[in-house]
Amino acid sequence: MIAAEMTTDADEADAINIVAFCCHYCAYAAADMAGSLRLQYPPSVKVVKLPCTGKLDLQLILDAFEHGADGVMVAGCMEGDCHYQQGNLNAKRRVNFSQELLRSIGLEAERVRMFNMSSAMGNRWAAAVSEMDQTVRKLGPSPLRRRKSAE
Amino acid sequence: MIVAEQKPLDEIKNLLGDSQRVLVAGCGTCVTVCFAGGAKEAGILGSLLRMAAQLDGHPKAVTEVTVQRQCEWEYLDAIRDQVESADVVVSLGCGVGAQALAEHFPEKVVVPGLNTKFMGLPAEHGEWVERCAACGNCLLGLTGGICPIARCSKQLLNGPCGGSSHGKCEITCGDSQPDCAWQLIYDKLKAQGRLHLIMEITPPKDWRTSRDGGPRKIVRKDLKLPGTEIKE
Repeated sequence: MIAAEMTTDADEADAINIVAFCCHYCAYAAADMAGSLRLQYPPSVKVVKLPCTGKLDLQLILDAFEHGADGVMVAGCMEGDCHYQQGNLNAKRRVNFSQELLRSIGLEAERVRMFNMSSAMGNRWAAAVSEMDQTVRKLGPSPLRRRKSAE
Repeated sequence: MIVAEQKPLDEIKNLLGDSQRVLVAGCGTCVTVCFAGGAKEAGILGSLLRMAAQLDGHPKAVTEVTVQRQCEWEYLDAIRDQVESADVVVSLGCGVGAQALAEHFPEKVVVPGLNTKFMGLPAEHGEWVERCAACGNCLLGLTGGICPIARCSKQLLNGPCGGSSHGKCEITCGDSQPDCAWQLIYDKLKAQGRLHLIMEITPPKDWRTSRDGGPRKIVRKDLKLPGTEIKE
């Protein structure tokens, strides 16, 4: 699934790939809302729908980076509003831990980040993607991808 | 269960050296339950090692496999092909699993990916505590089901020592102060109306049943297969 998302634009030098793991109940709907509102946001983001960000696994984040992602955003419900009680809080802990793992192999922790929003926050979705896009562009393409294309 | 935790990534990378083909071998029993070396952890370590090697400029072929139990020959036979095609195997089993791999595949370099800590249980999510020291001669019948060997910092057989305060041991473990095992024993025996047990003097323990007797072994004649030699 992640590998399929990474096949687009990955080889273009200036293309940035951000994988967004989105909760079905909020961020995914917020992205939909952003579309309905004709809001502009960077095309670098590839959305992967999860039933809840509580489904997020460290392996999913690492898979994204291994397959060429330059950044990963995890977008869940507002804290306290999780459809499954505390899936987004579990995701938050995992995102924090994944930052430590990235640091341990020499990648910048900022390449992964958690966002919270409700399904009505199309504007927030567009702003979150823009923020993440800017952060990742500042960091540059993932050194893993640079290494791969240099080989 | 046996409780373990993963070694720092840098230490594992150093153990691998220049090996090109690496097999990360997880174990599906104790270390899966304590989130240290199961299939999920093997996958994560595999990803990290692949990416770290790529970032270091020396890519490695890292694969993962998880067996039901690393400490039984039958399960290890099932991964013979994967082991043989690797230069080095990182065992995510406990110390027993890592040794079983090394013994079963004597020609192969096996390195540990975990530090085996103790025998214990999950006290709550994300927290494990020691409960048994495998001393080889269980005293729990006299102590209300609370082990003074594993849980008393001084391993006293006739406690308490007088150094505890408000139910806490005077010896600190890292940044935490453990409960006084003998306070727990006293409270438990009192609640059960068996406080007379604490007045019994337990004689000095024969530590030969523990580590002092050297490596231990159990032989069950009733379970030996016909025709196999029985060594006492």
